[in-house]
Amino acid sequence: MRAPSVAEIAAGDVLLAVEGVSLAFGGVKAVSDVSFDIRKGEIRAIIGPNGAGKTSMLNVINGFYHPQAGRITFKGKTRRAMRPHAAAAGGIARTFQNVALFKSMTTLDNIMAGRSLKMHKSFFWQIFRHGPALSEEIEHRKTAEEIIDFLEIEHIRRIPVGKLPYGLQKRVELGRALAMEPDLLLLDEPMAGMNLEEKEDMSRYILSMNNYYGTTIALIEHDMGVVMDLSDRVVVLDYGRKIADGTPDEVKKNKAVIDAYLGVAH
Amino acid sequence: MLLYKIFIDPFVQMGASPDLFVQTLWEGLVAGVLYALIALGFVLIFKASGVFNFAQGIMVVFGALTLVGIYEILVRWGISQENVAAFLALGLTIGVMFLLAFAVERIVLKPLVNQPDIILFMATFGLTYFLIGFGEYVFGGSSKVMIADQLYLPKGFIDLKILGGVVSLQKIDIAAAVIASIMVTGLALFFSKTRIGRALRAVADSHKAALSVGISLDQIWVIVWFASGLVALVTGIMWGARSEVSFALEVIALRALPVLILGGFTSIPGAIVGGLIIGIGEKLGDFYWGALLGRGIESWLAYFIALVFLLFRPQGLFGEKIIERV
Ligand SMILES: Nc1ncnc2c1ncn2[C@@H]1O[C@H](COP(=O)(O)OP(=O)(O)OP(=O)(O)O)[C@@H](O)[C@H]1O
Ligand SMILES: [Mg+2]
Repeated sequence: MRAPSVAEIAAGDVLLAVEGVSLAFGGVKAVSDVSFDIRKGEIRAIIGPNGAGKTSMLNVINGFYHPQAGRITFKGKTRRAMRPHAAAAGGIARTFQNVALFKSMTTLDNIMAGRSLKMHKSFFWQIFRHGPALSEEIEHRKTAEEIIDFLEIEHIRRIPVGKLPYGLQKRVELGRALAMEPDLLLLDEPMAGMNLEEKEDMSRYILSMNNYYGTTIALIEHDMGVVMDLSDRVVVLDYGRKIADGTPDEVKKNKAVIDAYLGVAH
Repeated sequence: MLLYKIFIDPFVQMGASPDLFVQTLWEGLVAGVLYALIALGFVLIFKASGVFNFAQGIMVVFGALTLVGIYEILVRWGISQENVAAFLALGLTIGVMFLLAFAVERIVLKPLVNQPDIILFMATFGLTYFLIGFGEYVFGGSSKVMIADQLYLPKGFIDLKILGGVVSLQKIDIAAAVIASIMVTGLALFFSKTRIGRALRAVADSHKAALSVGISLDQIWVIVWFASGLVALVTGIMWGARSEVSFALEVIALRALPVLILGGFTSIPGAIVGGLIIGIGEKLGDFYWGALLGRGIESWLAYFIALVFLLFRPQGLFGEKIIERV
């Protein structure tokens, strides 16, 4: 599959839309009345200063948080809130800001865990590792190995991921999300804490996923250079509110965005 | 003199009659296997749901009691073939353990999810007293005899003439050790080789990551409670066959606590090795040092052993080394 052009995206189908979403923790308003959409095939960046509500927004999208107000439309179906299982089953995968891996499990097992929803053979066969369950396991192993090749992590397949350096952990986490063959991939600061070379690798993986598999991606990132290079459209949050939405160039010139980043008082 | 009695004399005795030593060791090993099984039940649940299941000990009794109770009912209904009734009862009891796991997930865990750990811990207290009350109501409060014969469990003993003496092994103990090993191996294979096993390990490592790949916590919780219910049932059968089935058995759960301290709350190998160490330590201690320190040593020695280990390995036997971040 080929990545759609900007014009195609502009006219394209909406994969996910949030409307008027508000989320508060006690007195803290993490997200206030935010609406935006993500179109099929695009890379949609979500940016904003620390505490702007970006992670909270991802948590709303994959059902970890249930907003107090608003609606979420995913693949044409509108709901008050998503649920994690329904989100995963519907094709939403994600990575976490602080890396959430299965630390005691190997790289391969982590990636295989990403295929949990795709494996169905019964309990009975699994226990005996026989018949249908065995061929199912083999078939999914093949996909897992392809992902391992793609992310260039063959050398750590058998290592428990808790022992890996941070940069590689982030890569394994991306692999686990990819293993779900997602329609929508949510990445929460995938390059945080990485050196330049690792950032370049990660950018390359994100672009190839988008180009070759046509995966729609929502990307939270603080590195403006990366955001400008990768994303088709950008939504900007500040103190839980949406303050801008548009192409990278439009957003870059936006007065409210510049003020927010320079810390001008409200 | 006292030092001699503590540090020298017991070992002289061990050397003098090795057959007695081996006999004591064997008895310790068998007790250890059963402790290990109880601790294993705790660990399964703790790993997957972070719940310290106070009811694990009672589940052992409840399993055994249900088995004998259902058997008696079946016999009263006129199933004259004892073995048929026994295995039918076993099947039904397994069903009951599944229903229990399902009910615990629905009624206790799910409504309390995200509550502080202490609340869930208290809920397992409630579960304990519910199981006692329910068990007594349905099957009566009197102690019962385990249907070991009817389940074709062996009885009698084997005398081994070795080391210049006789070591006598109860056949039921051999069976207990064999069945426990099979079960532990089975669980290990299940954990390492199957999709559901992988999902269980995933949940134990990170709830939110597991949710994000679409693993259903509800389903996993039912499975671990069921698995640890089965472990409890097997423990109850073995233990019941050696004594009797009554709620007095409940105290054995307290014996599992030092095993957990020793082995760590999240380590399956820790539960197994810890159980064996406590079982063997207890029996040897009682036999060789008991006269010196007073009988009844068995009740606290386990805690003593666990504490001594803790001094040297605060993270437990197989725990990762705890590195303080400053
Ligand atoms: N589970 C929670 N409980 C209470 N407050 C929360 C919770 N999650 C987020 N918040 C609060 O909501 C606000 C938004 O947080 P969020 O993590 O969404 O910001 P962010 O944009 O991702 O910031 P960063 O760039 O630092 O990751 C913050 O004030 C935060 O303290
Ligand atoms: Mg964040």
